[in-house]
Amino acid sequence: MLSQESLALIDRELAKYPADQRRSAIMGALRIAQTEKRYLTNELIEFVASYVRIPPVAAYEVATFYNMYDRKPVGKYKLTVCTNLPCALSGGYTTADYLKQKLGIGFGETTADGRFTLAEGECMGACGYAPVMLVNNHSMCNHMTPDAIDKKLAELE
Amino acid sequence: MTVYAKGVVFEGVDFDNPNHWRLEEYVKRGGYAALKKILNEKITQDEIIAEMKTSALRGRGGAGFPTGLKWSFMPRNFPGQKYLVCNTDEGEPGTFKDLDIIVSNPHALIEGMIIGGYAMGITVGYNYIHGEVFEAYERFEEALEEARAAGFLGDNILGTDFCFQLHAHHGYGAYICGEETALLESLEGKKGQPRFKPPFPASYGLYGKPTTINNTETFASVPYIIREGGQKFLELGKPNNGGTKLFSVSGHVNRPGNYEIPLGTPFSELLEMCGGMRGGKKLKAVIPGGSSAPVLPADIMMQCTMDYDSIAKAGSMLGSGAVIVMDETVCMVSALERLSYFYHEESCGQCTPCREGTGWLYRIVHRIAHGEGRPEDLDLLASIGDNIAGRTICALGDAAVFPVRGMLKHFRSEFEYMIEHKTRQFAALS
Ligand SMILES: Cc1cc2nc3c(=O)[nH]c(=O)nc-3n(C[C@H](O)[C@H](O)[C@H](O)COP(=O)(O)O)c2cc1C
Ligand code: FES
Repeated sequence: MLSQESLALIDRELAKYPADQRRSAIMGALRIAQTEKRYLTNELIEFVASYVRIPPVAAYEVATFYNMYDRKPVGKYKLTVCTNLPCALSGGYTTADYLKQKLGIGFGETTADGRFTLAEGECMGACGYAPVMLVNNHSMCNHMTPDAIDKKLAELE
Repeated sequence: MTVYAKGVVFEGVDFDNPNHWRLEEYVKRGGYAALKKILNEKITQDEIIAEMKTSALRGRGGAGFPTGLKWSFMPRNFPGQKYLVCNTDEGEPGTFKDLDIIVSNPHALIEGMIIGGYAMGITVGYNYIHGEVFEAYERFEEALEEARAAGFLGDNILGTDFCFQLHAHHGYGAYICGEETALLESLEGKKGQPRFKPPFPASYGLYGKPTTINNTETFASVPYIIREGGQKFLELGKPNNGGTKLFSVSGHVNRPGNYEIPLGTPFSELLEMCGGMRGGKKLKAVIPGGSSAPVLPADIMMQCTMDYDSIAKAGSMLGSGAVIVMDETVCMVSALERLSYFYHEESCGQCTPCREGTGWLYRIVHRIAHGEGRPEDLDLLASIGDNIAGRTICALGDAAVFPVRGMLKHFRSEFEYMIEHKTRQFAALS
């Protein structure tokens, strides 16, 4: 269900923890699975649980608790915009509104062509570089004014 | 990434050099000298902890607990495995200092943790890193590889019989995991729901074993203290508030960023370093220690110095050192609405007062902000706050209440105006 590369990455996570604490690797394992498959289906969560050798429920618990796991299909690019107060003081909402208008979707929606999903985020710990946006959970973009958004979207087309 | 003023953590870091974060550069600027000194001169665990106490270093994660004292709580002769954990979960809105540490000076943190391990007789450590900063997590992993290859981490460090393994654990989006026992649960691969205390982590921590948890900046300050001495560190700041501290300044200043300055520096000086207010506007208010700290109006803030005691005396807290600056155009109702939404979103759901109460706080502030406030709402907010604060397992409940109390104390008239006139005095956040 997952590529050899992903399984090797999960093995690396498992090696960080004591042999009798494999459960500790579930967060990393689910992240790695999601990175390959874009979102977590129930089957995928169960597969990861069995690979880590923990009960499926323990993996569901984690997949549903943490915000960055996607359990529904997302576009090729998931854009998460921070609108928390520090970002909002430096144009966070302007950026969010600009994206909504440009992509023609609201928060939690995906464009019809399946390219973009827009999400509202909480503080990403980068407020000095506001407005801040995250692409596909892992790539952080700073100073995302409308001009910078235009450039970024062109790169992602 | 830029740190505009450098203190003990960023001393000597040349941001223009793209390799500034690498081990080789760190060693060139005196890095790992503290560790070598300990191992070569066979400095004892007691001597290190005494030095930490002299330094008056207080935890940089928010609570400001004296680090030397915390380290002395660790059972020294416990027969089983013990753990050292670093908290790089940095999710407190306004805070972005730990990010710059693991990106720009990761070896200071690694060295600090190795020294901590040595001082408390711990052989395994984890650094829990905030979910949204994946690239920083990868950078830190690379720094760990460098330290292992150079013999600073692993078995028989620098040819001695001291061993210390350190790993990075990546979070995936949950503010609550910054709370130390939620963090431990998360490290164990569970939902991040805080544990009841006592027992405290020093007796029952990771996997039920004695554990010490400190913030990233706390650990990154350790090499300086060992190299230069606790007294010198203390003298950089003021009594009971030793050293320099990183302040993450965001909001309406000309030059937002991290400023590492002596504790006790007047706020007015910090504001000047940031190039003053953006667009020459007037300062209205400051949240001095991350979103959980009560807001302070400009006139009070301008009298404060940036240290634990001065900010506490003014009725707020230094917290994580996140300074959120707001100018005269900000609508405080709108600002509080956004913060209350955050706490509601991030409550882990374990304790009823917090799970339900944060929702009530948000919905009431929301209706005031949308012209539907009722005259009794301000008293209602205060009473809900009283029923959350101090009645939950962890301090997230208090963190949700403090901003409400601060706003109602200092900017009550803005809320009253909106309730009465159904319209705001200042524009909403945009
Ligand atoms: C809701 C909540 C969130 C917290 N978030 C963080 C955080 O992001 N980083 C941090 O170091 N401490 C955070 N803390 C404080 C930790 O529980 C703990 O006190 C700290 O990591 C101890 O390290 P120190 O003594 O070096 O400050 C948080 C506490 C609470 C209640
Ligand atoms: S508020 Fe947006 S990154 Fe902190």
